[in-house]
Amino acid sequence: MGFVTTFLSLVVLLPIAALVWTSGKHGWHEFWTVVSAPEAVAALKLTLGAAVIVSALNAVLGTITAWVLVRDDFAGKSLMNAVIDLPFALPTIVGGLTLLALYGPASPLGINIAFTRTAILLALMFETLPFVVRTVQPVLLELDREAEEAARSLGASEARVFRSVVLPNILPGILSGVALAFARAVGEIGAIVLISGNLPFKTEVAAVFVFNHIQSGDQNGASAVAVVMLVIAFLLLLAIGGFRYLATRHERHA
Amino acid sequence: MRRYGLRGVAVFYLVAVLLGPLAMVFYRAFERGLHPLWSSLTDPNTIHAFKLTLEITALAVPVNTVFGIVCALAIVRQRFPGAGIVNAIVDLPLALSPVVVGLMLFLLYGRTGWFGSWLQGHGITVLFATPSMVIATIFVSLPFVAREVVPTLRELGDEQEQAAHTLGASGWQTFRRVTLPSIRWAVVYGVVLTTARCLGEYGAVAVVSGHIEGKTETATLRVQDYYENFNQAGSYGIAIVLAAISVIVLLAMTLLRPKEEIA
Repeated sequence: MGFVTTFLSLVVLLPIAALVWTSGKHGWHEFWTVVSAPEAVAALKLTLGAAVIVSALNAVLGTITAWVLVRDDFAGKSLMNAVIDLPFALPTIVGGLTLLALYGPASPLGINIAFTRTAILLALMFETLPFVVRTVQPVLLELDREAEEAARSLGASEARVFRSVVLPNILPGILSGVALAFARAVGEIGAIVLISGNLPFKTEVAAVFVFNHIQSGDQNGASAVAVVMLVIAFLLLLAIGGFRYLATRHERHA
Repeated sequence: MRRYGLRGVAVFYLVAVLLGPLAMVFYRAFERGLHPLWSSLTDPNTIHAFKLTLEITALAVPVNTVFGIVCALAIVRQRFPGAGIVNAIVDLPLALSPVVVGLMLFLLYGRTGWFGSWLQGHGITVLFATPSMVIATIFVSLPFVAREVVPTLRELGDEQEQAAHTLGASGWQTFRRVTLPSIRWAVVYGVVLTTARCLGEYGAVAVVSGHIEGKTETATLRVQDYYENFNQAGSYGIAIVLAAISVIVLLAMTLLRPKEEIA
């Protein structure tokens, strides 16, 4: 017990304290001035906007993929199931490089998205692909199909069955997957750094902003944006805790 | 019809975002023949980068394995006030940007940081050297073992441990003979995930390493270095070595994945 708290204090809490202290040492007013500087605002807006779009795409495509993995059956399905985790195992910088290989300046498809905002979205889609699939899949597996059959025999359309029977069950899973994907999207740098070009006001995301401002010696700017990212991370963890609570509500009542 | 539509969407999605790009990296690495690939991979600085990555991983993984097991035991077995907070802090590295982690360490160990002048006075270099890179890697790979072991411990219950205890086993004996054998696979799975995370770390290490070629450059930083210096064969070459390791990790994950999660 003492070991756990000591270790966590030294490795996690002490660094957090150093960041919060540095960003706040010149007072609230100075913090606000730094964080509302045009370049910082542009980076944060771009990051949050990209995270929202990527999360929404993940919610739909991740659910479809999980559905196909659980309910469909075809040759190659188990291979498909195995490669889902690849973005977890692959170094992020390699992830970015793979996208450059296919969608970069020398693209064999003639699609060059390097140095655009589309590249950021694609890189984030790559990195966040497993989250929703892996939170929805186990719920779909355990879902009682009799309820769906009952709804169907009572004349419900397929869309109605999905909306009224399946969706309420898998929604907590979708939401916690989306929250994890969102957190990942907000903080990502490795997959983005090679393909986005990192142009301030255009393709500079928050993590790259922090990195560039550390390099140029602007600790205040870097710390201010980093604190905003830290707060977002904490809020998302709280949300994920809440979704887990929702997801286990039936077990707790039983 | 609907079924084929959904299957098509899922397969297209995976090929477009994941498999297509990955296949292309392998093609690019060999595009200009074996010679440039081989000379980039056997470059002394590249070899040093791989060695450094392995060294850091070899230090960070055992630390996080021990911490992960002890932490999971504390969270599940000892109902103490603040267990929820410990749980949340352990999860934080999953949600926090590695660059922010790097900045935090920079602010602690840098020249103007909290410990900067003390460290300098004692002639200890942490930032822009291996120690800060190890600390950064420990931070970002902290949650994986604990997160795998916690649910397994919960499901296991503590009846067997109580029984061992009643029969006179010491705490350590109980852990070694009763608890550890039951959580073994969860620990191994957590170690595999931790190793993958350590080998692939980029953001936090990029901040604290100073990116000095042949000194503080890891394999992932070397990929970037080569790419930015227009050495495509080298960049894609290191990438496929790292990707090959990932595929092995993935195989291990698939084989070890707790049985109940398999369809």
